[in-house]
Parts: sequence; structure tokens; C-alpha cells
Amino acid sequence: MFAIVGTVPNENFPLTCGPVTLSGRKLIIENQTVDINRGTPALLATAVQVCEFFDAQPPVAYLIGDIGRGAGSRKLYAYLEKTLPGREYDGLTFHYIQPDVDWHNRVLFAVSEMSERPVLIADAGFMYAAKMSGQADAYDVFTPDIGELAFLADESAPHPFYTRGFIFHEENRVSELIAKAYQYSNAARYLLVKGEQDILADATGILKIVSEPMIPSLEAIGGTGDIITGLVAALTGMGKDVQAACIYSSIISRMVGEMAEPDPGTQVIDIIKQIPESLKRFYSENHLNL
Amino acid sequence: MVFENTSEVIRCETILKKGDWRIRVMGPPPEIRTGCDLVIEFPLIEELEILRALETENIFPLKVVPVSGPLLEPVNIFFTKDYGQFLMVRAANMKITVDKTSMTVVNISGGGCPDVPYLAGEMIGKPLDEAPAPRSIGHTLCGYALQLAYEEMIRKCSQ
Repeated sequence: MFAIVGTVPNENFPLTCGPVTLSGRKLIIENQTVDINRGTPALLATAVQVCEFFDAQPPVAYLIGDIGRGAGSRKLYAYLEKTLPGREYDGLTFHYIQPDVDWHNRVLFAVSEMSERPVLIADAGFMYAAKMSGQADAYDVFTPDIGELAFLADESAPHPFYTRGFIFHEENRVSELIAKAYQYSNAARYLLVKGEQDILADATGILKIVSEPMIPSLEAIGGTGDIITGLVAALTGMGKDVQAACIYSSIISRMVGEMAEPDPGTQVIDIIKQIPESLKRFYSENHLNL
Repeated sequence: MVFENTSEVIRCETILKKGDWRIRVMGPPPEIRTGCDLVIEFPLIEELEILRALETENIFPLKVVPVSGPLLEPVNIFFTKDYGQFLMVRAANMKITVDKTSMTVVNISGGGCPDVPYLAGEMIGKPLDEAPAPRSIGHTLCGYALQLAYEEMIRKCSQ
């Protein structure tokens, strides 16, 4: 079983923890419904569909409403600190949340008190806090886009907003940005860099580049990165080897994008609904099991 | 000046810039960083007057800290991608895409702070000149980065 932690853009959404299911264009968690859109709901919707495809247990979500004021995030951090030591998960994915270094450290300490260490994945705001805390190497996977990779490579930036200009000029030299991120211990065991080409790397350098099918519009569509992270969360949460899960996720997400025939104005929900068919195609074409 | 959250920094910036004060929005010094914050840099000699001006607007900084070293500057580089009918502008980790034929915001992508999905929900589907500016409803550095991308998009579209 695996869990996903994040926020939804509704201040009135209460702290909710439980297994997630899909109903049409909505997620159901406990007695709450959530619209599927960019952010943690897109990640969750992806993970739920992977679980349904493999007839596996659905993910457990830790969700709260926050529109950026941070109060919801702090309540969620506090709940995680209190409850995680008593839980058992194979994977734990942290996503959209107000970055806060002190709270991050308290949650990471709570993770260290779990009886079995889960596969740890961080993206979005939690990844920012993990980098700023200096404990990035406690994680198994970070899933940055190219702007976030530049932030990881800039040892002095506490948030992507402060990434220094000369670092941005190295955008076409992704391998150097990856090397810098590892040089300053600002990267997880694996980096899956999402972009026109998806690049999987570790401290030894680039391990795999996935660039087909190439769908340039996907970069503009909010939530497509959440699909990749949701795939990684689900596959690793069901026991797949981390490196293979990252490569599979990248290929499947591109197939999902291709099947949706998107333009830059397409919304992520119209891409997410292609996931079951893409999984079927990927696993049957490649004669693979989970 | 350090504030409770980024929205207060933005309010403070708006008020002080209207009053022609020489201020800059910058990154906090390392010893007071929490993770998603901005500060207002101002000449110490003007502290009393500035605090008085803010007090009349009911804005109270959490603290005022003297700094001697340089502060981090917000991102100031933009990347643009032209898809033909659509134009995308990226600032730091935030991207905004507009349909050039209708001048409508069609997508917002990137970011990691919780106001990003909220901002997207409020802006997508609206004409660029009718959509709320990210600085008016955003609360975080991702919101502020989206504001910069949004301003660059307006500049590009008015050329």
C-alpha cells in the first residue's frame, strides 16, 4: 500500500485521510469529493487508475484545502508528524504543499520512525522544502521540470523564484545541471527530469533519456507532470523497482499524451482519461507484467 | 521588513511603490528563511516613516532586520515558446499559455505552492485583460513568479 500527500485548492476542504476511488470526473475520499484538475488531484487520479488496472489496493491520500495561505499545509504537516510513525506504507509521495523547512524536517523525522522505510518521492512544494533543508538525499525520487532542475542545481536558491540567471542560461546543458544538483547534495537518489525529453539520472549521471513519442504541447498543459509523478508513485508503491518504474512512467505518460491528441489549450482531465488504454497498450506491446 | 506571508509583502509593495518609496522585493537573508518567503528591502533611515505609512493601512511587519550583505533577487529571465495559435511564457518554475486568436488564458503549468491550482482555476478561460492578476489573489512565491510571467505575456501580446 502507498500514500500520497498534498493539497486541494479549496480553503474549506477539511483534513482528510483515506483510500481514494474514482467516480467519473471526481475523486472520492472518505465522504469528500474532489474535482480532478492540475496538482495533487491529477496525481491521485493517475495513481488510482494504475491501481485499478492492476487490481491493486487504491492509494491512501492525505489531503487538505490550501490556496497558498499555508494554514492548511501546516495542519497537514502536523498530522503527518503525529501519525506517520504508526503507519506502514511501501511508498510515500509528497506533493503540493506550502514549503516550510522546519515542518519538512519534523515530517522526515516522523518517517524515520516508521517500522519500514517507504520509497520516498517528492515533487512540487515538498521537493522545494526537501532541497532547502539540505536533506534531499533522504529521498528516492525527485521529479523536477527543467525550471525546478535549475533550482536544484543552484546551491544558494531557497525556492525556484530565486534561481540565479546564469544557471538558467545552462538550460540546454541538462547534464551539467544534474551534475551540479548532485555535487551540492541537492538531489534525491534518482532525478526524473520532466520535459521535452524526460531524463532519468542518478549521482553517476544520465541513465536514460525518453523522448518518444514527442508531444511538444504537453509542456504547456498544467498537470502533465503530475501524471508522471502519479505513475511513479503507483508503480513503486506496488513494488516495482524504482529505476524501472521511472522509465516506464515516462514512456506511459508520453503514450497517454499522444492518445489525447492535445494542443496547448487542452486540460489535464482530458489527458488523464487516456491512462487505462495507455497502460493496456504499454504492457501488452512490451509483453510485460507489473 | 519581514511579513507573515507573501500576500502581505505584495500589499506592502503596492502601498509603498504608490508612495514613491525606494524599496525592492527581495529574498530573505539565510538566517530568517522558512521556505517560501519574500522581504521588502528599504533604506533604514526611512524606517519610521515607512512603518507609519503601513500602520495607516493596517499592515504590520513581523520584524525589521538590518542586513549588510546582498539579498537574493527574484528571477528576471523569461523563456517564450510560440506554438502558432498559442504562446507560452515561463518565469522560473511557472508557465502561462494564451490563445493568440482570442487572447484567452488557456493553461497554467508548473509551480509547487498550493496557490498554483487555485490561480489556474481563477484565470483559465478568461481573457488576459479580464483574468485576475496573480498578485491580486496569489499568496506565494510561485504566485509571484506567475505574476512576472503574466506581465511578460501582456508585454509580448501588446507588441
